[in-house]
Amino acid sequence: MKPTRDQWLWMYETMVTSRLFEEAIAAAYFEGKTPAFNMANGPIPGEMHLSNGQEPCAVGVCAHLTADDFVTATHRPHHIAIAKGVDLDAMAAEIFGKSTGLSGGRGGHMHIFDARVNFGCSGIIAEGMGPVTGAALAFKLRKQPRVAVSFIGEGAANQGAFHEALNLAALWKVPAVFVIEDNGWGISVAKAQSTAIANNDLRAAAYGIPGHRVADNDPLAIFEVAGEAVARARSGGGPSLIEIETSRLEGHFIGDAQNYRPEGELPALKARDPIPALRDRLLREKVMDQATETALRDRAGAKVAAAIDAARAAAYPQPQEAFEKVFA
Amino acid sequence: MTAATQTKPPGDASASANRSKRNLTIAKAMAEAIGQEMRRDSSVLVMGEDIGRLGGVFGNTRGLIEEFGPERIRDTPISETAFIGAAVGMAAVGMKPIVELMFVDFYGVCMDAIYNLAAKNCYFSGGQVPLPMVIMTSCGGGYSDAGQHSQCLYGTFAHLPGLKVVVPSNAYDAKGLMLAAIRDPNPVIYMFHKALQGMGWLGTVKGAITDVPEDDYVLPIGRAALVRPGRDVTLVGFGNTLHHALDAAADLAGEGIEAEVIDLRSIVPLDRETILASVKRTGRLVVVDDDYQSFGVSAEIIATASEGAFAALKAAPRRVAFPDIPIPFSPALERPLMPDANKVAAAARQVCKGN
Repeated sequence: MKPTRDQWLWMYETMVTSRLFEEAIAAAYFEGKTPAFNMANGPIPGEMHLSNGQEPCAVGVCAHLTADDFVTATHRPHHIAIAKGVDLDAMAAEIFGKSTGLSGGRGGHMHIFDARVNFGCSGIIAEGMGPVTGAALAFKLRKQPRVAVSFIGEGAANQGAFHEALNLAALWKVPAVFVIEDNGWGISVAKAQSTAIANNDLRAAAYGIPGHRVADNDPLAIFEVAGEAVARARSGGGPSLIEIETSRLEGHFIGDAQNYRPEGELPALKARDPIPALRDRLLREKVMDQATETALRDRAGAKVAAAIDAARAAAYPQPQEAFEKVFA
Repeated sequence: MTAATQTKPPGDASASANRSKRNLTIAKAMAEAIGQEMRRDSSVLVMGEDIGRLGGVFGNTRGLIEEFGPERIRDTPISETAFIGAAVGMAAVGMKPIVELMFVDFYGVCMDAIYNLAAKNCYFSGGQVPLPMVIMTSCGGGYSDAGQHSQCLYGTFAHLPGLKVVVPSNAYDAKGLMLAAIRDPNPVIYMFHKALQGMGWLGTVKGAITDVPEDDYVLPIGRAALVRPGRDVTLVGFGNTLHHALDAAADLAGEGIEAEVIDLRSIVPLDRETILASVKRTGRLVVVDDDYQSFGVSAEIIATASEGAFAALKAAPRRVAFPDIPIPFSPALERPLMPDANKVAAAARQVCKGN
């Protein structure tokens, strides 16, 4: 299964949108945090986990999903949110803590929810997997052709929730796909120091479900594997586990000195940045020409700029709004 | 009289006069409420350990699998993180799951799904993703099961914003609170006390078995009941401790002390109005709680009285609660520590001294 031209262009434009969004967030994040870095200061306070480098995971999977499909993401959610169709303006406003944000500034960057497209995330490792299993069970019981997808990091594969949810999803044969974005690092701990086996896709065998591994952060391979897993889930074949070897081109959070990385790793990863690689490939294979590439990039840039500008201009919530929405 | 007094006290048959009484246990009342709601609403289902063929270790899903089948009365593996997490996902896409984790002591293994997901998703989504779900669990000791099977932990759940917490003291309330909990658009922790449940393998406090109408009725969550009026002292209890308070009130009446007894029924939201109105009438307060004493429900109620009825207080409020130690096994150690009617009566006499 190869992407159609439209799918390729969507994947490329979405990756570019995500990257430009993260770059704009990073620039705004440093405002008010120099010369002394204090996480509490500036227009975007709090922790910030950028997804630069992991865009292929988001687009390769979400290319197969519709707004009706349910997705949970992690503490590093922006690329997946954008690929799932979360409202970019409302997401930017949420990250700036504004009243026009997705949840009126109550959640911020680690708690992005857009019910319109069935997207949610959580700052707790592996904890999206239970909800995805339940959403998928609901779809199965209601005989709806919907699937649920949980994105997690490779560090999450050592959590109890990972193993409990895989067992439950397999036992009940629910339409779910579990996607591990293996960026090699659980903050500062390398995968080999935390995980007893080399590759987590092997763990699928323990639950009798298909396990796939995608090397090299390759959008085409991710698209193909995810397409198979989503189709399998949608047609009643049950859950799958996918591990994607991706790369985190920034620190765990902005401000992370990354002293734990072996010398030369980061430049090597940046040399294999998936966005220029995909651009070159699509140009080479004549899926798009340079004029199209420029147009897509310009459109992505304009969308991001508009979202960031609107977020900056929006009002903060009134303090008393903190007391609303605790209960429905 | 406050709104709280409009609802019936335990055992008061209110439905049509020409129907015969049906005395049910809390277990049967819970199962009946769940079954009625499952018939009415196809989005309701039950998940948990041993809730299917066994009908629940505490009997509160008995008979349901025969009618609704294993898809909707769903036995789960011993994977609380997964199945309570799954309930969060089901609720997020419009179902109304009821999940059971049989002992409140077991919640350490799955607390994240409860206090980071169930309790916060409505808020963090700005109200976009309400989570209509019920979590049922048993609580209470006094039968030598030791401290991993005997705790109450009401305060632990009540402390976490975003969760409602109910604790019925009798079968009538158990049914009305269950129907209210399932229909509530928020996560509700439904805590039932083993001493009241009506199990063949454990004695049952008599007052917990009450007449239960077959009809559909709802007890509003967040409203306490004034179950015995009195002018001299307010006794606040809930679940099992309500019965200690009622027994103490009966003893005190023989000594000329008229105790007013309030059954909280809900811990979150807490019906502070009913508590304050009573304390303002009596000027004296004793709280009974079988959870650990410190930082819990009893402290919250006394703080409520101090903040809202300080001028009316004629004596320092007192509490009767389980001391701050793990619950021991030996009956020689555990039983003397349990709240009971004698301790409640003694505390009431203390606060009424020097009238």
